[in-house]
Amino acid sequence: MTTLLITKRMSEHPADSHTIERYEATGGYTQAKRALGLTRDELVEEVKASGLLGRGGAAFSAGLKWSFLAPARPAYLIINADESEPGTFKDRQLLERDPHQMVEGIIITAVANEVHHAFIYVRGEYPKPARRVQQAIDEAYARGYLGNGIFGSDYDLELTVHLGGGAYICGEETALINSLEGLRGEPRLKPPYFPAAKGLYMMPTIVNNVETVSNLAHILAMGANQYSGLTDSADTGTFMMSLSGHVNKPGNYELPHGITWRDLIYDVGGGIREGKNLKTWIPGGASAPWFIPEHHIDLEITKDATAAAGSMLGSGAVIVMDEDTCMVRAAERIVRFFSHESCGQCTPCREGTTWMEMILRRIENGEGRTVDLDLLVDVSDGISVDLAWPPKMTTICPLGPSAVSPIIALRDYFRDEVQEHVTRGGCWLPGAVKSGGATPQTPQTPQTLRSLQTESAGTDGRSSEEVTPDLHRAGGDK
Amino acid sequence: MSHWSEATQERARQIISRYPEKRSAVMPLLYLAMAEEGFLSDEGMEEVADWCDITPAQVLSVASFYTMYKRERVGRYLISCCTSISCMLLGGDDVLHAVEDESGVPHGETDAEGDISVEHVECIGACGGAPAVQVNYELIEGVTPGKGRELVKWLRNARPEMVNTDEMQQLFGAKRSFDWAIPEKDGAIGPYPAFQPLGTVGSEAEA
Repeated sequence: MTTLLITKRMSEHPADSHTIERYEATGGYTQAKRALGLTRDELVEEVKASGLLGRGGAAFSAGLKWSFLAPARPAYLIINADESEPGTFKDRQLLERDPHQMVEGIIITAVANEVHHAFIYVRGEYPKPARRVQQAIDEAYARGYLGNGIFGSDYDLELTVHLGGGAYICGEETALINSLEGLRGEPRLKPPYFPAAKGLYMMPTIVNNVETVSNLAHILAMGANQYSGLTDSADTGTFMMSLSGHVNKPGNYELPHGITWRDLIYDVGGGIREGKNLKTWIPGGASAPWFIPEHHIDLEITKDATAAAGSMLGSGAVIVMDEDTCMVRAAERIVRFFSHESCGQCTPCREGTTWMEMILRRIENGEGRTVDLDLLVDVSDGISVDLAWPPKMTTICPLGPSAVSPIIALRDYFRDEVQEHVTRGGCWLPGAVKSGGATPQTPQTPQTLRSLQTESAGTDGRSSEEVTPDLHRAGGDK
Repeated sequence: MSHWSEATQERARQIISRYPEKRSAVMPLLYLAMAEEGFLSDEGMEEVADWCDITPAQVLSVASFYTMYKRERVGRYLISCCTSISCMLLGGDDVLHAVEDESGVPHGETDAEGDISVEHVECIGACGGAPAVQVNYELIEGVTPGKGRELVKWLRNARPEMVNTDEMQQLFGAKRSFDWAIPEKDGAIGPYPAFQPLGTVGSEAEA
């Protein structure tokens, strides 16, 4: 049985689910009003009891996070809508199609945490979702649900939309806070460990994901007991999963916890395209270690079952790859992402991801060496000691260790395929390149460090002299 | 003394009023500066520094961190082709190469006319409708290499004043990540995101 909560309104009223009229006609804003009459303790306890876990990737108890808020004031609330984890597009749908549901969640969170100024940090590449959210906020201000004396109470709440600049790392909450302060989006050194103690302007700050707060009105409406009873699973409520890659029916799905990967990929996702075989999938966004059908297809989709198998549900992004997919190319593309998005503060991440990308590319292009896989593992070990899961950190934030996930898969599941690239002199798999069009170009094999670096952040297919020199601008000037 | 138009200055004041500290407005003001000139010039960054009471070097440290602040002139239409994992799996590289070939513009460059810039980008959150392309950050999902070529021709011939995501999706897209459902009127008029924080209805009405 599937109960739709946060995608119900957009499913039943597709034409106007984003308007305040539709939102209120379907029960909207009644829980925000009710929250004003409840105490902080009552609200925190209710959310704790619901078992709601943060939906941004870390899956930390939302109620517990709130309970950590230090007493100093003013306190701030930031909604993390910097959705950038490859494979993830659920928040985009929630922002575009039901922005008021999030705004009501923001009001509830603000009231519970004595916040009078909240921010929504929307990634820069989402101007349309940002426009929809701003429109919703304007409607809420016009009705007195935001601003001075909300809902006729004496509670003031300002809500500001802040547009990012195209940096994945700003999804890390301390980097996000720096970015919102007008600084480079570099993660902060810990301690302080939690923004709830010292966050925005070094004041107590709650950072919650879009999907997390979109659940709050539903939790208050049905009560923590009923919410936590929606599934038999240890994880409560529903969970948005973004399904992409070689499935027949990609898309966002709001699902109960506790179904298996087989259910997700073959029933929900309609199976693999052209009846092909499943080779591997990434269970929780590009940062997550990969799963393979031989070991993982019948595992339950819960936080603990996924962690016990050495991976995570992360942002709920499931990327499916069929039997034709080249594992070296897929790994290269994910490592390239982290190399591009590394903020450059920590040497293991900045240097390690860059070298991993170059080594993977040379294997793919037929210049690989038999020692290259071991070399990749060695470089990975320098970023994430023993390639352990969860990672033993050598860096300020988890970005660097995330780049190691594809290497774990190559080492444990696809060693033969990597070695065959070396012995055959390059890739022979049809993989992604069979959709027609221009012949994909492969980069010249770099001979020197200088040209290697040029290649690494340059194009996929151009010789190095055509590439602009300031390559490491990508995720920031490294 | 500001070089910005009176309307832009008013917008800058409104934006700053939305933050507890002036410096927090640096990112939205950088987009304002881009909207004034079409890219982020040194003068634009100096202006932002004045508004936020920080030094131009501090503004540059922020601007240089993010990919969307273009410190060199870019074309009127910035075509961003996603080649991250989900788009790559479904042929995103082919779309990029078709767009580069049709436009004659390689990644990171702009044509001589200043019309078209091309770049390949990391994940833009359209993985269910892969491969995806954005023009001035307005999205098209389910693009083929052939449609990518048509997009380049259309931008050069039709020269739309504003690029609208629904119109482009209709012309050049196919499969979407989810049902967009609600028609979008707005669009982008330059190579920067078509969003400026408006403050609130209240502050707009007072302005």
